[in-house]
Amino acid sequence: MSLDILWFIFIAILYTGFFVLEGFDFGVGILLPFLGKNDVQRRTIINSIGPHWDGNEVWLIVAGGATFAAFPNWYATLFSGFYLPLFLVLVGLIIRGVAFEFRSKHDEPKWRNLWDWCIFAGSLIPTILLPIAFANILRGVPIDANMQYVGGFFNLLNPYALLAALVVTLLFTLHGATFLSIKTTGEVERGAKEYIRWLWLLVSILLVIFMITTAIITNVLDRINFLTILIPVISLAAILAAGYFLRKQQFGRVFLMTCLTIAFLVLTIFVLLYPNVMVSSLNPAWSLNIQNASSSPYTLRIMTIVALIFLPIVLIYQGWTYWIFRKRVSSEPKNLIY
Amino acid sequence: MDVLLLARLQFAITIIYHFFFVPLTLGLSLVVAILETIYVKTGNEKYKRLTKFWGKLFLINFAIGVVTGIVQEFQFGMAWSEYSRFVGDVFGAPLAIEGLTSFFLESVFLGLWIFSWDKLSKGLHAATIWMVAIGSNLSALWIIIANSWMQHPVGYAISDDRAILTDFRAVITNIPVLSHFPHVISAGLVTAAFFMLGISAYHLLRQNETELFRISFRMAAIIGAIATIAVGFFGHTQGQELIETQPMKLASLEALYNTENPASLSVITISNPSTGAVIIDLRIPALLSFMMFNRFTGEVEGIYQLQKQYEQEYGPGDYVPPPIILYWGFRAMVGAGLLMILISLFALLVDLKNLYGKFPWFIKILPFTVALPYVANTAGWILTEVGRFPWVVYGLVKLQEGVSIVVKSGTLLTSLIGFILVYGLLIAATLFLLFKYAKAGPMVTTDTTAEVTPSLISPPESL
Repeated sequence: MSLDILWFIFIAILYTGFFVLEGFDFGVGILLPFLGKNDVQRRTIINSIGPHWDGNEVWLIVAGGATFAAFPNWYATLFSGFYLPLFLVLVGLIIRGVAFEFRSKHDEPKWRNLWDWCIFAGSLIPTILLPIAFANILRGVPIDANMQYVGGFFNLLNPYALLAALVVTLLFTLHGATFLSIKTTGEVERGAKEYIRWLWLLVSILLVIFMITTAIITNVLDRINFLTILIPVISLAAILAAGYFLRKQQFGRVFLMTCLTIAFLVLTIFVLLYPNVMVSSLNPAWSLNIQNASSSPYTLRIMTIVALIFLPIVLIYQGWTYWIFRKRVSSEPKNLIY
Repeated sequence: MDVLLLARLQFAITIIYHFFFVPLTLGLSLVVAILETIYVKTGNEKYKRLTKFWGKLFLINFAIGVVTGIVQEFQFGMAWSEYSRFVGDVFGAPLAIEGLTSFFLESVFLGLWIFSWDKLSKGLHAATIWMVAIGSNLSALWIIIANSWMQHPVGYAISDDRAILTDFRAVITNIPVLSHFPHVISAGLVTAAFFMLGISAYHLLRQNETELFRISFRMAAIIGAIATIAVGFFGHTQGQELIETQPMKLASLEALYNTENPASLSVITISNPSTGAVIIDLRIPALLSFMMFNRFTGEVEGIYQLQKQYEQEYGPGDYVPPPIILYWGFRAMVGAGLLMILISLFALLVDLKNLYGKFPWFIKILPFTVALPYVANTAGWILTEVGRFPWVVYGLVKLQEGVSIVVKSGTLLTSLIGFILVYGLLIAATLFLLFKYAKAGPMVTTDTTAEVTPSLISPPESL
């Protein structure tokens, strides 16, 4: 396997890891104002993701860094072209990250309210904008012969991208609600379970519509193969299986299925994108692909060695933290960690 | 406004802001790790309280350092896309490696440290904060490797109008790395030391928790005495390297307009910035040569000669970094640095000889000296970056060649104003919390790392 293909796969894995992990903590952040009726409940909800959200977010940072190192042209065209949405994503991540740390450090309702809204907004903004970015990468945007994005901000807000944003927002909220249902107790757990039911129904319908639209937009019939069929089918099968486990009230398994749904949704985008990394809507020859956007073989070789050593180590210690915090979060006020 | 100017302003503001918090993270993470290790080894509860007190201040500072760091990872592509295309093959690797090896380490283990006081054994819990400290300081290493390549590009070839990595070892052992990294790490320790000295002095004056703050004071004085001298030593090494790597930066730092041998050291130079006419110029003969070559002879090139030389080499243009910023920034940094050496040595003397009663004025001024490392850190960072003018990558990419082509000035202005507003509000909140918790001392009930009794309400569902 050539190294550009390997790095395309690595970056797909990094984004998959990011969306599966940060997906539920974004979802939890979105649900915070709806499920957290008082300060104790809100703190319980935050504590469910407290030890994890920062490590989850690093997947995005590393995906960005890996894109820079392995596909500099992709990094340059994407980030300068999608400047405003990325700026808003950054603002969201900034206020959110600080809010988790600051909200409980001052015991005044106004102060806490402000930061709780920052958590909500900071979770919602990237949840909406990142799928818009990926939908456009796949659908195609105006890229000229010099690899420059020549569209504007509103080019990005096309119906397909907005559909992607809607599906992902609901899917992450479902994912977050499922996470809360297995990590909390009492009111919060009950509330989360009520959200799961109707969210699951909406997500299932919209995901089918999204997959069909994606198939049409990408002319999937022209390049049909084993993977382009299998991967989207697994995503859809997982959301159906989630419904099955929901009926049986096995929320741990529902969560496993929402993980798979998201993972295979992200992989669907990547497998349909390949071998391009950004499609040009002006001329297919102007698309960025794994060859014309990639770094030199020497750089890729060094990066490969580093990634093969450190990615498994990261998986082990990050997995270990999930094991340490496998128990439900206590919602007894005296036991809450502030 | 001009896109290039806006992009430069935005980079300057976001990175100065980021680096305002980073040194304390670097230094204080090590301090907290040491305190918790002493607690584990001795079982002395005092050290646990100290760990939690300094740990809480560490967390407030860490949060803002992390979130402003994310901006840096994306900003190159957003505002400096042509720079990113040109250097990605070389420059992207250290950034990606930083994420994989360090950013994960500090973020994952910090989450663990905050929430696992009752879940891990004492020793394992202390190990998690060591992982955070190692991760943070390792992250500084990779960033300095990346920045050093911009200061002094090595281990590359130019192919198809972009830089291609040819020797990774040369990049990670680049000359500036070996001096900048220890310089920054010691600066982090200095920042932590003065932060601790100031806050400890505040409480000692009020006779609040005297025992705990005497321990903190001593620890800070020892770290400060060693680290301030180390900063100076590695700073001096950096200066000597400039002769070879960036002579123009050196000449600008010293306001040395004409080549001299032996070269004099400026005590104070004031010139009219528009005409270049020198108004006051007080210099010590041959001292600059001595600083550079450890002997009283040796040629140091001047600004005018270098400008001519660069025009021949790289074509017409302005190759002189803004002299006022460099000259006075350098004096602010070195001045603050020398002052900090004296203060920390004196603090050590006061503590070891127990002279607290004899020098109450000294204890009273210490809280104000917390500003000194911030002056020095910020000035140092500005010198390094502005001194590279007009290059983004020294000798390879000029500023105007690096900025994004498709980003319009209105867009940049929007994000610039946005960052200023968000960062402005955040620094207000950060300072509010830091002051609140620093003044409150170790006895506060709403404690991030509060002791909790494990309670298992219901068993986890199996996945």
